[in-house]
Amino acid sequence: MENIEQRVKKIVAEQLGVNEADIKIDSSFVEDLGADSLDTVELVMALEEEFECEIPDEEAEKITNVQQAVDYVKAHLGK
Amino acid sequence: MRSTQIYARIAGTGSYLPERVLGNAELAQQVETSDEWIVTRTGIRQRHIAAPDELTSDLALKAAQAALASAGVTAADLDLIIVATTTPDVVFPSAACILQDKLGVHGCPAFDVQAVCAGFAYALATADQFVRGGMAKTALVVGAEVFSRILDWDDRTTCVLFGDGAGAVVLKASEEPGILVTKLKADGRYRDILTTPASIMHGDVRGKPFLHMDGQAVFKFAVKALAELASETLEAAGIAQSELNWLVPHQANIRIIESTARHLGLSMDKVVVTLAQHGNTSAASIPLALDHAAREGRFQRGDLIMLEGIGGGFAWGSALLRW
Repeated sequence: MENIEQRVKKIVAEQLGVNEADIKIDSSFVEDLGADSLDTVELVMALEEEFECEIPDEEAEKITNVQQAVDYVKAHLGK
Repeated sequence: MRSTQIYARIAGTGSYLPERVLGNAELAQQVETSDEWIVTRTGIRQRHIAAPDELTSDLALKAAQAALASAGVTAADLDLIIVATTTPDVVFPSAACILQDKLGVHGCPAFDVQAVCAGFAYALATADQFVRGGMAKTALVVGAEVFSRILDWDDRTTCVLFGDGAGAVVLKASEEPGILVTKLKADGRYRDILTTPASIMHGDVRGKPFLHMDGQAVFKFAVKALAELASETLEAAGIAQSELNWLVPHQANIRIIESTARHLGLSMDKVVVTLAQHGNTSAASIPLALDHAAREGRFQRGDLIMLEGIGGGFAWGSALLRW
């Protein structure tokens, strides 16, 4: 089983069309990986689907880099 | 004795786009935006704008005449007229009654359906029920809008998205299918994320008569709702995803369309996309796209086609039909 960080990076790579190897834990979706506003919405939706959770809009706004996504998933997984 | 199931079949299509074309480059001279920004986020390259004296019923008339001609029927054959519009000529009478008069006929029922960008799906489902129930044999269903008149041209997040236009279909009763299933949904809890919150009261316009949209919220809602709806529609008809030949989606945003196509496992060459040429024309967009593809000869008789649309309300709906 892949760990959460790997799964998050894989989703980020798929959604933003970037190479997984270029994604660092502190990569910002918008500034480093070239995401636009709709990409970030799609990314959150993909995370929700992968980890079977609902990410409320006010929480989603705070997820701007890979680390924050991993932290959110770890904190909410299995709840 | 077994009674024969009667279906509504699309017998003809028509559409009309106003003459005036407003391209992204020209728009970028008026508001702070760029062709690149608009194209990557929406897929829209230009929109058509109705002439100052052109009303929704005028656009509807031209689309209707084309649909009647393509169906090989005359206005006198119609026993039902439904117009889907959010931007009727006047508060009342309905655009459908004005259209009926402009078509030079009278007597048959005529009414408007207001479900914004889902308007055509709602109107088509309504007409389908009339035909199935035996209340109509030849129905005209039109989607017509002049959204350019409810746009705040200083709001670059919304004014780039919409355009004016009309599309129409003629439905005929037939023992051969036809529209197989329609599905309609609404959730008024989301009414504030896409709205034109004005009303006419005591001789004044109250509220802001311009379209307001929370783009990200709408995007998220639309992507999820349309995916669910597409699956439910196939399920209701007992049809496998792999049997679907075409998706004719509401033309609002290329990325929403791509998402629905992915969900349905359809490659984009099986999706009718006319968005680049006319932007979001609300209730007109599905019949515009349908007419465009039909006239290009893309559909074969018997093809399985899904139509779906979503918009303010929130309201959304679909139809699955055999061409």
